[in-house]
Order: sequence, then structure tokens, then C-alpha cells
Amino acid sequence: MMDQNPINLLEIKNLKKTFAISSGLFSWPLTLTALENINFTIRRGETLGIVGESGCGKSTLGRCILQLLSPDEGQVLWLGQDLTKLPAEEMRKRRQDLQIIFQDPLASLNPRMTVGEIIADPLRTLRPELKKDERRARVLKTMEAVGLLPEMINRYPHEFSGGQAQRIGIARALITEPKLIVCDEPVSALDVSIRAQILNLLSELKDEFGLTLIFISHNLSVVRHVSDRIPVLYLGRIVELATGDEIYEDPKHPYTRALLTAVPIPDPKLARQRNIDALKGEIPSPINPPSGCTFRTRCRFAKPFCAEQRPPLETIDGGRLVACHRWREIEVPEEAVLGV
Amino acid sequence: MHAVREMNFALSEGETTAVVGESGSGKSRAFLAIMGLLAKNGRTGGRAMMGDVNLIGLAPKQLDIYRGKDIAMIFRDPMTSLNPTLRVKTQLAEVLVKHRGFEKGKAVKSAVEMLERVGIPEPAKRANAYPHELSGGMRQRVMIAMALLCQPKILIADEPTTALDVTVQAQMLDLFKTLTDDFGTSLVLITHDLGVVAGIADRMMVMYGGRAVEKGVTDDLFYDPRHPYTLGLLHSTPHIAKRAERLDPIRGLPPSLEHLPKGCSFNPRCAFAFDRCLNERPPLTDTGNGREKACFYEGPMTYGKVA
Repeated sequence: MMDQNPINLLEIKNLKKTFAISSGLFSWPLTLTALENINFTIRRGETLGIVGESGCGKSTLGRCILQLLSPDEGQVLWLGQDLTKLPAEEMRKRRQDLQIIFQDPLASLNPRMTVGEIIADPLRTLRPELKKDERRARVLKTMEAVGLLPEMINRYPHEFSGGQAQRIGIARALITEPKLIVCDEPVSALDVSIRAQILNLLSELKDEFGLTLIFISHNLSVVRHVSDRIPVLYLGRIVELATGDEIYEDPKHPYTRALLTAVPIPDPKLARQRNIDALKGEIPSPINPPSGCTFRTRCRFAKPFCAEQRPPLETIDGGRLVACHRWREIEVPEEAVLGV
Repeated sequence: MHAVREMNFALSEGETTAVVGESGSGKSRAFLAIMGLLAKNGRTGGRAMMGDVNLIGLAPKQLDIYRGKDIAMIFRDPMTSLNPTLRVKTQLAEVLVKHRGFEKGKAVKSAVEMLERVGIPEPAKRANAYPHELSGGMRQRVMIAMALLCQPKILIADEPTTALDVTVQAQMLDLFKTLTDDFGTSLVLITHDLGVVAGIADRMMVMYGGRAVEKGVTDDLFYDPRHPYTLGLLHSTPHIAKRAERLDPIRGLPPSLEHLPKGCSFNPRCAFAFDRCLNERPPLTDTGNGREKACFYEGPMTYGKVA
């Protein structure tokens, strides 16, 4: 399915997104910087996992890529074409290639439409030339691909459990034969055994249809399982970007390290041996972020100069990126990475 | 409809018991029943002895003598459990006034001390806040502080960290450990996250279709699961230190409690099921070493077969 076109499917350049926050009737509106200085590329066929705590901007980033939100600055280059400059009508056509799967499967399905209508809906808008029976044939084919039975086509969403509903959401995203799917916390609302089924389904579909995935999640174990490369976001900025193995086996940024040691391990002996270096406090307000390095207020390696200058995102060995003044000095013994 | 059946367990002082299961397994229902918090059409039978007192069947007024004081419960979503119209300190102080007869000033002072104890920075300032002014992690701490004010013998925590970020979750679990150690509180942790269980629980009980299917010491169940469902759960959980190509999920869907399968409730999803499992329900049986399981299958369980 993959053609030999440019290796980079998507390129994000200097993306910035702010929101104006009203703080009361008689005060100036405040500005919340949700994303700033975001640069990365997504290669054809890879899975990019975006991680970070709530409020770090990971969902905003997914929505800016799909033009569901308009970034304030920067470019979103889809095969070299800047989506932010595209007229609405052109963008609508592009949407065949870029789809999304949402966190809450039931909330994202229209309760008054049947499964067949929900899955066919993108085709109605994006491929109006298709005849009714062609559309139906496509719906049935897609339902089969995601593991839904053909007789479910006339049922309504409330008749389905969370896992089944998520399959409907995935079918709706797949039907336009997209090249890229943004998965925004696709398994967070699901039970453990069902979550594993959906994760396996996504990876099978990815291979079968040659998809590229952006996988947004706060669950680091799940992200590790699916991702090829991972940007770690903190307060709207990328603090580290590397391959999955580099991030999980040799994290360079103190924030990445702290996040990893906080992930529970389903193994009682390892869990007891772990020396969890729990991150103190909570993520600061993005309305008034700390000066210099925004992570310094929670960082145990912070020095006074960290408050003065913002560390640039620098390229280090093998092309991985890290934004920390002190990453060279903070040698952490290997066992401290996962705390075991 | 029976949400929970034939549930038996004992809690010891200072010990953490994890109750594990998926949605609809009855793990929350069982404890809401003990707390007298079921909806009006809910009926509870059996006994729940706390010392010499049987909590089941007590009138709400009598139950109030113990609820909040000796046995407390915290929930997944702190925002729906706190009163949005009252300041944090008012809600906390109320507990002490009611259960321990403190006068108001002293109650507020103790409340602020407890906020500090559960790791809330600037507790005096936060005590004046309304719940919506606090972050999710802070609210959950307030809930925990409220539950601990009377130093309950038993604390039931229903998915207390599910809505929180991993970093805050780690802080909360630390807090729970300190509490069971310092106050001798017996903690019941209701969760579906085996990672959380591994880090904190001494004993665990796995529930499926409204019944306990396996019980024992945490390590035994993790390293030597005897029920196919426990094994399946372990293999469905992604492990951060390992990158497997595929997870081995349990096939199929959890059953509806209204239409439980005949025989063992797990048989439609079980790779080891045989004739007997389709007709007869396995009772929870003692298998020695303080372990119990409800399964007829006695042979080896290799995971390849389940997936």
C-alpha cells in the first residue's frame, strides 16, 4: 500500500497555539500558551506516541494537526503542503487522508444514527459521488476489518459496550482510507482485557492498510507498547524526542525520568525494589509558566541558572532531541531509570 | 438481578487488600452494599462484621454511628463527592463535629493539620478554597483527608487514582502506604490496574461476574495465577519495561450480570474450559497456603493457548 513518495508524511514547524482566557469582567484577558515552538516530522508508516501529563497540550497538538484548531503560528506541512493556509473547501477534501479516533467511544457516536449510518457518514461528505450500494459495501468491508459483525449494521450505539463502540469509531475513521489517524487516548476508557484487544486491532490495521498513527496517551505503558518515536511534552513544549527504546531505556530529560519511575509496574517484586523518585507538586499553570526552564520548579537537578534561560531543544547523539541545560551532567545509574 | 454473590473475605489491621476486576464485575457494588450506599432498590444479605457489629441490615441512623468514623469510603471522582457550595474546611470540620463532638474552632484546626498531613501545600490557604478551585490531585487529597479525620479502622478506596496523572498517582500511593503503616488502617483498594495492585497490595481478590474467582497473597497470584481469568488479566496488561509485539488479550466480552452463562461465568472466554465448566459452577475452594480459587481446571496453564 505504501508508495515511494517522500519519507516524511507530515512536518510540523514552529507551531504555536494560545487561548485567551477571560479572568473576570474588569480584568485584562489572560493568555494561555498551550503549545509553543513545536517542531517534528512524522514518517510514513510510523507510530508517533505523544506523552505528557494532563494539560501539557498533547490533545491540542493533535487537533492543530487536523486543523480542528487553528494554530496561531507555524506550519503543518502535509506532503509539503501547508494545511494551515489551505482554504476550507480544500481542507475538507484533505480530510479523507487525516482522521481521528476519540477517547470516549460512546460520547463520540451520534445516538440517533445506526452503526451503518455513523460509519458511512464521512463518505457522504467526502465521497458524495459514491452510490448507495457502493457505500454500503464499503461499510460492511470496514466493519469486517475492525471485527464488527455485518448484522450489527442497523443497531444503535447504546446497544454496544465501550470496546465495541470504539470499534465503530475506528471503522468511521478507516472508511475514507486515510493515510494518518490521530488516536486521542483511544483506550483510556476501556477495561484491561478490552484495551488489549483494541491495541492489537490498531496494530493489525496499521500493517494491513499502511497507516501512520499519532497515538496520544497519558498511559506510558500503552505508549511504549505501540510507539516507534515519542515526543514528551511539558507545559506545551517538547522536552525530549527520541525513539521508544531510547526514551524508555535511556531517558535524558529529568522529566522523562520522573514520569517513567512513576509508572506502576505489574510485578510485585520489582515494584517493591523500586526506589520511586516521585515528582513533587503538580504541573504549574500554563497561564503563568515558570521563567527559564519550565520544569525547574519540580526538577531535583535544577540550579539557579535554570531559572534564567530557557534550554533549547538540542540534537544529541544519533539525532535524538532534549531540552535541558544539565542533561550531560546528570548521569543516573541504569537501574534508576525504571527505578529497578 | 444479583450484582454480587457469595462473597467472603476478612481484612486485617494495617493490611492492604486489592479487589480487582473489570466493569460490572461487582467489585464496587459489594462495598457500596457494606456501606449502605446502594440505590433504594438494592438488597443486601449476609453479614459484614466490624468487630462485634454487623453492618448489614443496620438502619441508616445506626449506620451513621460507624460510617465516616470507623469505616470510610473514597471514590474515583472527587468532584462529585465533595459539596461544591462549601469551603473545604467547612466540609472537613463537619465530620469532626459530628463524629467526635469537637467544637467548631478545634475541628477546623484539626482539619488543617490533616490537610498538611496528606501533603497539601499551604493547607491554611487551601482550607478556605471551594472544591472547584483545586486541581484533581488536590481534591483527591482533600477526600483522603476527610476520610482519615476520624482515623477509621477501614478505608475503602474505589479507583482512587484512576482519574489522576501517573506522577500524582505515585504520590497518592505513597500516601496510602504511609497511612496503613502509621494509622494501622486496613485499606481496601478497588481497582482494575494491576500495576497499582503490585505496588501496594498485600493480598488480592479477583472478581468476575459478581463473584470472587481467586484470592490470595499478591505475589502468589502474580507469579503463579491459578484461575484462567487472573492469568488473562496479567497478559492483557502492558508492561513498561517490556515491549511485546502483541498483547494476549482475553477473547470476547465480560458477561452481563442479568444473563450470566450457565456453569462457570467465565467459560465462554476460557481456553481451558471443558464439559463440566459448561454445566456446573465451580465453588471458591481452598487450595492450601491461604489461597482460594473457583475453577475446575487443574492442569498446567500455558498462555499460548489463551490468546
